[in-house]
Amino acid sequence: MPQVFHPSANTLSRVVLFSLVMGPAALLGLIYLLVRSPYQTQVGVVREQPVQFSHEHHVNGLGIDCRFCHTSVETSASAGMPPTHTCMTCHSQIWSDSPMLEPVRASLRNDEPLAWSRVHDLPDFVFFHHGVHVQKGVGCVECHGRVDLMPLAFREKPLTMEWCLDCHRDPEPRLRPKEDVFAMDWVPPADSELARASEPVPMNHVEVGQLTNCSICHR
Amino acid sequence: MKPSRDDHETPPTLPEPTRAARAASTPEFAAARQWRSLSELADDGSFLEEVSQAVSGVRGAIHGLDDASRRKFMTVMGASFALAGVAGCSVQPAELIIPYVEQPEDIVPGKAMFFATAAVVGGDGVGLLVESHMGRPTKIEGNPTHPASLGATDALAQAEMLTLYDPDRSQIVIHEGRADTWERFLAFAVDLRARKLANKGKGFRILTQTVTSPALADQLNRLLETMPEAKWHSYEPVTRDAARRGAELAFGEPLEPVPHFDKADVVVSLDADFLSWGPGRIHHARAFADRRSPDVESAAETTMNRLYVIEPTPTITGAMADHRLPLAARDVSQAARALAKALEVEGATDADANRLAGHEAWFSTLAADLKAHRGKSLVIVGEGQPAEVHALAHAINAALGNIGETITLAPPIAAGPTDQLGSLVELARDIEAGEVDALLVLGANPVYDSPVDLNLAEALNRERMTLVHLGLYDDETAALANWHVPEAHFLEAWGDVRAFDGTVAIQQPLIAPLYDGRTAGEIVATLLGQVGLPSREIVREYWSGRLPAETFEKTWNQALRDGVIPDPAADEAAPKSFGEPKLDQVTWSDAPAEELEIVFRPDPTLWDGRYANNGWLQELPKTITTLTWGNAALVSPALAARLGLKNDQVIELSYRDAVVEAPVWITPGQAENSVTVHLGHGRTRAGRVGDGVGFNAYALRRSDAPWFDDGLTVSPTNGRVRLAVTQHHHDMAERALVRSGTLEQYRETPDFAQEEERSPHYNMSLHPDPPVPQSEDYAWGMAIDLNRCIGCNACTIACQAENNIPVVGKDEVLNSREMHWIRVDRYYEGGDQANPGTVFQPVPCMHCEKAPCELVCPVEATLHSDEGLNEMIYNRCVGTRYCGNNCPYKVRRFNWLPYTSDTPPSLKPLNNPDVTVRSRGVMEKCTYCVQRINEARIEAKMAGRKVGGDEVVTACQGVCPTRAIVFGNLLDPESAVSKARQSPRHYALLASLGTRPRTTYMARLNNPNPDAPPAEASAENTVEPRHG
Repeated sequence: MPQVFHPSANTLSRVVLFSLVMGPAALLGLIYLLVRSPYQTQVGVVREQPVQFSHEHHVNGLGIDCRFCHTSVETSASAGMPPTHTCMTCHSQIWSDSPMLEPVRASLRNDEPLAWSRVHDLPDFVFFHHGVHVQKGVGCVECHGRVDLMPLAFREKPLTMEWCLDCHRDPEPRLRPKEDVFAMDWVPPADSELARASEPVPMNHVEVGQLTNCSICHR
Repeated sequence: MKPSRDDHETPPTLPEPTRAARAASTPEFAAARQWRSLSELADDGSFLEEVSQAVSGVRGAIHGLDDASRRKFMTVMGASFALAGVAGCSVQPAELIIPYVEQPEDIVPGKAMFFATAAVVGGDGVGLLVESHMGRPTKIEGNPTHPASLGATDALAQAEMLTLYDPDRSQIVIHEGRADTWERFLAFAVDLRARKLANKGKGFRILTQTVTSPALADQLNRLLETMPEAKWHSYEPVTRDAARRGAELAFGEPLEPVPHFDKADVVVSLDADFLSWGPGRIHHARAFADRRSPDVESAAETTMNRLYVIEPTPTITGAMADHRLPLAARDVSQAARALAKALEVEGATDADANRLAGHEAWFSTLAADLKAHRGKSLVIVGEGQPAEVHALAHAINAALGNIGETITLAPPIAAGPTDQLGSLVELARDIEAGEVDALLVLGANPVYDSPVDLNLAEALNRERMTLVHLGLYDDETAALANWHVPEAHFLEAWGDVRAFDGTVAIQQPLIAPLYDGRTAGEIVATLLGQVGLPSREIVREYWSGRLPAETFEKTWNQALRDGVIPDPAADEAAPKSFGEPKLDQVTWSDAPAEELEIVFRPDPTLWDGRYANNGWLQELPKTITTLTWGNAALVSPALAARLGLKNDQVIELSYRDAVVEAPVWITPGQAENSVTVHLGHGRTRAGRVGDGVGFNAYALRRSDAPWFDDGLTVSPTNGRVRLAVTQHHHDMAERALVRSGTLEQYRETPDFAQEEERSPHYNMSLHPDPPVPQSEDYAWGMAIDLNRCIGCNACTIACQAENNIPVVGKDEVLNSREMHWIRVDRYYEGGDQANPGTVFQPVPCMHCEKAPCELVCPVEATLHSDEGLNEMIYNRCVGTRYCGNNCPYKVRRFNWLPYTSDTPPSLKPLNNPDVTVRSRGVMEKCTYCVQRINEARIEAKMAGRKVGGDEVVTACQGVCPTRAIVFGNLLDPESAVSKARQSPRHYALLASLGTRPRTTYMARLNNPNPDAPPAEASAENTVEPRHG
């Protein structure tokens, strides 16, 4: 009786058995990579905006404070986007005929708001409050990155739930004195590394245990 | 990533149907297209495509997939199977941020603002504070400084928010069935004014609803001065004619009685449903409930008022009664006469003893109780009783020394005719006689809601007469009108309105008119020659003439802030002495009673029908019957047994020459020979929600018998209508869900309700103690005082508005899929079907400390917070529904269908931005308004303090007229909820299950007269009627 299976079947069966185990694992791994990749998290993706506004120029170059435009960031859930009027306080005087700023002038002229593409977009079932984070000493940089070095705004952090929880479980390393919240280039004073790690929490009254309640963000 | 171009090109503008309608209303467009009717216009594809999309959206949203075939269902489900899991990996859709061009000074993005205004139902003003998110009103709260609100509202005022955004509201001026413009209407109005000035207003009539707006009344009076032969009629289907006429009989003046429940120890209601009907009902409900708070003093010394109710049909007022007597409406006058006689009122005549046979002891006890409480008792009569009974009640009150104490009399707050029904009859006769050539209808809908014998539908539909209609909807009257003008909703316009005690509130708009609506004042201003005068100027002009000029701006701004304006006229109208009531004008007809009587009542949720297109109110269970989406003929169990009627069976109601088919609902507590029908249903042009729901009881209503009459015949048919009731059982199945006792019992054993808690099993539990650490600062809890709950259902609607709860439609309610997060259960007590005790129990989520739902969730979508909240995390939920099955309280709700995904554009702004809009396949339930807790916690954190024990107010708590619900921090011993939990009446629902609910109850107490004879009820312990 001839051999039913060719010797290569041995190899084939090993490959099949191996891929039966490893295939799904690899697929899961691939999905994990995809979900964590910038394709999903949009990290580093620059969006087209009606005006190519440069935070680098305005913040780093000119030294304008975050709160000049994002006025409600200290008190409200929303940081606030500047009305056209805010742009025009300066740009009615300087660069007042720059073609790049035509959409801004058109907005004021026609009383039609500018429509900006949202860069930091949380899902609709997540409720974030800027004010409380600022009041508790979370620097802008912690979530938004070095906006002052971005010619065009992009997302630097993945804004995944895992990333949020990293901080909500252990906020200490990311807190700073309240007066330094808006400082983009703040670094913890090297000599008091230990003090910094333990101090801001009692100082800013952060109740750590409560921060992982689901309803803190989901309601 | 590039955003799609559409994002840039579609500015956030009006919803599609509105834009199309706007475009259609421009004259060029109209001229080019030549429509003959709106229906012809509707046949045009391009216009209707947009509208029909919205329509199907509404249908989908409102009715669920009610017409879905199995195949369609499989298609829908197939798509979702294929996409299952993929949704989690998709990239979020690009979103836009639209800042202002010029940001208004006070607006802080992300923070809600509150503006004071006032709602008006039947001329009764209720002060409101309306929450606005960046110019978008989302939620109505009561105004604590307004006497008719005291911080609360009723369900109707809550639901006004949905009416504001209703896509079915009238959106364009219609002239002879064709779209037209406001400018062309103005031209017509100016011409009308010229013609009517020339003939002194001959043939010109104005029909309004009850007008309590001082500015509008002033305008109308000025108009009548310029046109002396014109006439102002006013009509309200739920009218207070009888009360005014009764005072006229007794005192010679049409006065409004104002009861003061805070001073009354004994209250006798003669068919008066004062907790849900009539001006100032929220104020009265609070005052009434405050006298039923037994925990103010120690249990042994506590006192309560005592309520006797005589009524033909069960109401929430009757449910609060300590002694209730079901009596045919026609016999209530006999009861009043018997009472007058027993109290030796001067001029009282003998009652027909046969009509009250069997109740003699009842009346003698009542009379004795009244005599013992001279000056501290109160006899009030319902609007549904004739004027003679009102007059007699005045005499009884006078004899008891109550006038000036527990009841005062004040001039009517409404302007215009005091006999509204008579005024409408006069109008109908004059139209019939051809004396009317122009009729201006401001807000009313007489074609639908006038008595059927006036035959107004036919009378108004004639060639020679010009009918102008201003209304929120293109309704039954608008269909006959030559001109129809869309009315501005009160949240879109300026106005003013009087409350029951004469207090005036300024109405200010929360949003620019969505559909170019106008106010009645703006129309009348045009007829006064002030063409195009905006509503703000009308109101300001009136008040600047009445208030001191030098301080006017300050007073005005203060009034806008507080919601109440000082009225110099209020002092003039202060109650003065009107002498003793006389009975010489009161005559009684002693016609023998026929067998059956018909009783008309305003619908508990749709009122006179004006809210028929409001899905919230259609789906709100009527407290007594728990009926939604329709009305029924309420018959007594005895009558049903006699005629062999069953629930849902269709019967023919024949009364005089009208016949109406109605489904039967057997109602315990109904007077044996009375059949009650609720007005407000069976609309034909209400809109997509309200059309064809229920039957139209106005088809039986006659102008000579607006509230009840003999001569009804009932013939059973074989038809059947499935009535969508939400509570399918009436008894508590021997579990003490609602615990109640008498005041006497309470004095002896204050903790009678806590028997279950004292059992050794109470704290035994197989559930592990919660693994989460407990917060040291907060433990949220709620306590509901069943003694204060009047079953008004305002909490259900407030919760629906606050928490973006969808409307599911009748079919889904029939499947028991209603979505309300807080329901008001109604249970009957005692074995007497003819007159059971009735108790209400609001049931939100219990937030059990050992929650059964949490243990069975396979994906941890429901978890406990360290503050004791049972949290629901929608984005984790996969819809196994195990939690709902394991919940002993049945408070979890499942989104069976995509109730929210097809929300029409105009309803989207209604959503509360602080609450997630849930999608299909997700479980949801009461969250204790976690968004409000979070807001308070964040505010406190930012200010470096702790949240106050009573700082968080949930939506149901805020709206409750009687303050039956308290919420707060259990760790704060000073919080109201902590104190409530100390009450000896405190108990937990199904405590023996060991769930340790955070929502707990306080037992209901009654205060029966210790001298009362034992109930003469039939002793047989009957089985309650069961549904299905």
